Amino acid sequence: MRTGVSRRRKLWAVVALLIAVAAITPHSTPFLVLLITRILILAILAMSVDLLLGFTGLSSMGQAAYLGLGAYLTAILATRCQFGLGWDFLLVILFGILLGVATAALFGLLALRAGGVYFLMITLALSQCVWGLAYRWNSLTGGDNGINLPDRPVLGMIRLGNDAAYFYLVLGFFLVSLVSLYVLVQSPFGHSLVGIREREVRMRILGYNTWLHKYIAFIIAGGFGGLAGVLWAELSGQVSPEELTLTTSVDALLMVVLGGPGTLMGGVFGAAIVLFLREYLSTLVPWWQYVLGGIYVLAIYYLPDGLLGLLRRSPDAAVAAAEPVPSRGVGAAVGRHGTALNPKRRVSE
Amino acid sequence: MTAKSLARIGMIAFAAVLTSLAARGAAAEELRIGFLAPTTGPFAQIATDMINGFQLYLKDHDGKLGGATIKFIVEDTQGKPATAVLKAEKLIKQDQVHMLIGGLLASEGYALAPVSTREKTLYVSSIPASDNLTQRDEPNYPYFVRTGFSSSQPSHPIGEWACQQGYKKIAAQAADYAFGYEVVGGFQKTFEECGGQIIQKLWPPINTMDFGPYIADLKQDADAIFSLPVGAGVLQFPKQLAASGNKKPVIGAGTAYDEFVLPSMGDEVIGSVSALQYSAALETPENEAFVKEYRAEFGKVPSYYSESNYTTAKMIDAAMTQAGGSWPGPLPFLEKLVAVKVDAPRGPISLDDMRNPIQNVYIRRVEKREMFGYPKPELWNVVIKTYPQVSQFWKWSKEEFFKQPVYSRDYPPCKYCE
Repeated sequence: MRTGVSRRRKLWAVVALLIAVAAITPHSTPFLVLLITRILILAILAMSVDLLLGFTGLSSMGQAAYLGLGAYLTAILATRCQFGLGWDFLLVILFGILLGVATAALFGLLALRAGGVYFLMITLALSQCVWGLAYRWNSLTGGDNGINLPDRPVLGMIRLGNDAAYFYLVLGFFLVSLVSLYVLVQSPFGHSLVGIREREVRMRILGYNTWLHKYIAFIIAGGFGGLAGVLWAELSGQVSPEELTLTTSVDALLMVVLGGPGTLMGGVFGAAIVLFLREYLSTLVPWWQYVLGGIYVLAIYYLPDGLLGLLRRSPDAAVAAAEPVPSRGVGAAVGRHGTALNPKRRVSE
Repeated sequence: MTAKSLARIGMIAFAAVLTSLAARGAAAEELRIGFLAPTTGPFAQIATDMINGFQLYLKDHDGKLGGATIKFIVEDTQGKPATAVLKAEKLIKQDQVHMLIGGLLASEGYALAPVSTREKTLYVSSIPASDNLTQRDEPNYPYFVRTGFSSSQPSHPIGEWACQQGYKKIAAQAADYAFGYEVVGGFQKTFEECGGQIIQKLWPPINTMDFGPYIADLKQDADAIFSLPVGAGVLQFPKQLAASGNKKPVIGAGTAYDEFVLPSMGDEVIGSVSALQYSAALETPENEAFVKEYRAEFGKVPSYYSESNYTTAKMIDAAMTQAGGSWPGPLPFLEKLVAVKVDAPRGPISLDDMRNPIQNVYIRRVEKREMFGYPKPELWNVVIKTYPQVSQFWKWSKEEFFKQPVYSRDYPPCKYCE
């Protein structure tokens, strides 16, 4: 299937958008700087969810666990060991990623025994375990009160305590994440992930070790979750079990679904929309929740492929009219390219 | 560029500086207050009470405190510490508020206190009660002041009171988080020092909806039950306890029978005793006027959440009057605020040197009766004993008090639990 807008044009649009964000943000209001930094961090988390949901077809409900682990690691190192207050902060980021990777490597062994709803339930349960740990291990995590971090690190001349400086740091890590994930999904490995999403059985018959592919994707997603966690802890200067709750995982999923799964940038737009409505609109009007709810409902009705699905859809409309194309909804992600749901093809298998 | 045009630019710049100075002078008359409350989500009702309390005082004083016009900006924390921090930063950096007020949960208080230190902005905690914010962690938060209460402050007197009632053995059952530990800890400390025994401590998780198993587990040889449910459990626990056929007296934490939920409770709570620095049934002219006005305005009896914020406004009013109506800067203002003594609806209140209120603690019993000339008999927290001017350190000195760790799940240790 050809995509609606050419890939090159899309790339340019993304580059232009990011340059605009980088140039304009520090000159906007102080609140917007913080909000956009927050969006970028949660966009990293959303992209990690997209790698699983959009490209591999695994709906993980536990991504908050990695965010929380990265965040608590940062807070504990900073308060207990005074580690990560200067250049060693870069090491903390590395440790955060490694902790995410290690935990995902463990959780993956348990979660990937199942697929579909069962996978979702296992990831949910595992992330609840991490939440329980944060909530109940009072001596280490401060329980419900959470941990307050000291001031943000100072990197040589650069004080990250300055919100604009921190914004650029986060933007940098966001770009690295975006590019590396893009390279990943464009690689043969990424294509096999899409193959697994479309028809795991066929991939297996073709000789692919689909379990290992999924396992590696799960681990990579965990690493990016850990990265987002480290950045998150330093942004708000505190961590609490609240960040690890189910809501955060659901939010990350919603962001991807809203923006368009399987697009990477979809999660970014989703994060922007959700956070703008929730945090910015709520400073303006008290009825922001209705707007957010309304947009969710409308998106599910009219944009089953998410916001970015619009780009793909319009040129396809003529084709769609001529020849019925199976639903491309999130729930029917397996049927996106008309293999699994197309009876004719199935017969030919 | 000629000298003339340079001079003109200079004059324009000078004029601009003057105007901005004048604008700043005018702005000094305006006091910007950022109010943080979880206006959406499960705590929305409490948030409404908080905002109403503060606004009632503003309304009574034509929107002015100590001569300064108040710009009152409410932000929704959604009950999440990270969101509270984000909104606090917005209020400070964008709206340039002079002070932050509010927060509800202890976790919000803990998240906001460092923001006040970092941004050198006053934070008046009208509700968050975590002991350590004005105790062991106090040196970290020089811009923090509390106008509500510290969690264990009302627990110390009621522990002693329970012992004086002749209760020997009490089973405690409280929500499993810091507020629960601190409330039970304070109670256990004074109750046991007086000779009582806490024979059991049960910690149902914070969102427990079915207390059946916990009620069945309560030891039968206890003389009384000490309880601290939170959230939806506040309504649920007394109902289930009554349904289980309980005949033992129930002692509760102050928030367990607070007026924000009391009107929705059934007759099963009659006779339950709790302690807090406020009761809507307090029979003082100051409180009667407050209750009547509040009820006429908002259609319900004020809760301690309302009173606490009403009194906060009153204290700021007094401090601003001291400052002559113009903002003196955060630390000088704090100095004035700490020196303030007001007669609030809750009674006389002043702040100690760690910026926590010294105030009366009332032992209240829920009774159904007519009060303040309202026609129908209703549930009220009738005051049965007043402990005047209670400090957060109770009868100990600060140094003596700090020898023990903060109250927690394991402290004081349960010596009499089997």
